[in-house]
Amino acid sequence: MNRIRIDCRRLLCPLPVIRVQDRVEELPPGTLVEAVCSDPGALQDIPAWCRLNGHEVVDTVSTSDAHFVILRVINPGNQA
Amino acid sequence: MLAVRVIKEQGIHVEGLNFFTGFCVEGHTHAVRAKDRERPKRNNALWVAEQLGVKLHFVDVVDEYKDVVLNPKYGYGANLNPCLDCKIFMVHKAVEWMQSRGFDFIITGEVIGQRPMSQRKNTMPLIERDAQVQHLLLRPLCAKLLPPTLPEREGWVHREGLYGFSGRSRKPQIALAKQFGFEEYSQPAGGCCFLTDPNYSRKLRDLWERRSGRSYELDDIILLKIGRHFRPAPNFKVIVAREEGEGNFLHGYRKQYISLRTLSHPGPEALIEGTVDSDALHTAARILARYSQGRNAAQVCVEVEITDGTKHELQVPPFSPQEIPKDWML
Repeated sequence: MNRIRIDCRRLLCPLPVIRVQDRVEELPPGTLVEAVCSDPGALQDIPAWCRLNGHEVVDTVSTSDAHFVILRVINPGNQA
Repeated sequence: MLAVRVIKEQGIHVEGLNFFTGFCVEGHTHAVRAKDRERPKRNNALWVAEQLGVKLHFVDVVDEYKDVVLNPKYGYGANLNPCLDCKIFMVHKAVEWMQSRGFDFIITGEVIGQRPMSQRKNTMPLIERDAQVQHLLLRPLCAKLLPPTLPEREGWVHREGLYGFSGRSRKPQIALAKQFGFEEYSQPAGGCCFLTDPNYSRKLRDLWERRSGRSYELDDIILLKIGRHFRPAPNFKVIVAREEGEGNFLHGYRKQYISLRTLSHPGPEALIEGTVDSDALHTAARILARYSQGRNAAQVCVEVEITDGTKHELQVPPFSPQEIPKDWML
């Protein structure tokens, strides 16, 4: 299974969502996407964007250095 | 929020667009600051979309938006807010998006007379003309005060289900929100754009004046939102974090800007933007020391980190508050 990482560190809301949105549009179904973020708001925003656009949030994890949102692409091409 | 709901009430499929200009005031910009961390960490556009049950699409317009900010055809408002040009730009971008995705028309939540620049009855036709929207822009909250648009004339939307709100009072909108059962909504007083903020606009003007021309990059306009800004001389500026959250954020820029931190006493992080000599570094270190817990000490040790990672230390006497001229503070 394909797994890609998107580096969203140092980006403030809503840029992490925009980076994920623009990348996910190009990815095939089933791809796992790991967004690495420094803005803690991404832990709410990326899952909210996933809920609105039909993608599956697999996990969210926070460490002392970063916040991680892992999602699975479900319906590519159906978002901006 | 209301405009979408009004149109959805007619059984019409609606999706949302949110344009990111770089000047947006969002909860997460505040979340950088530890003192604001009790605020909900949510993007309001996403939250509203979830409340309404509509998809939301973000559109990054940072680069294209520069021309709107730098060369507004219709000028600025009270600060550096080019509201009318901004509205025209966004409606035009929405038209492009609509056409590329096969949608039929655009709606906005505009109300005649609600805003002094961009929501006047005489500017609304101008927006339609300049944005090249061709009768496909429907304003559900004030449509009954305007000529019927194509969606109304074609019967896609029933005009009798639209509204005729006008003026600065939000009472009719609040009443409609209550009718729809909306218990929470964003504050109706606006303020969603940093360009309307006098302090931010002053810092942006300073940025332009100190450069060879009016221009900016995304990092420039993000950094204007963070910290205290001092300009002791035309060739450099010092940005001092106001607290830990901002310090952590500024720390991320240490490979792009010279950074300073206090070693002998707890204190904030600072960045230097511009070109500096040893005197300027000394001045920047004294400013930083003034905001550290060594502010009353005879000397404070400050670490200076150059962008290539090399470091050296300076021993400086902190400035007293009276020693920092007011015109240094942006």
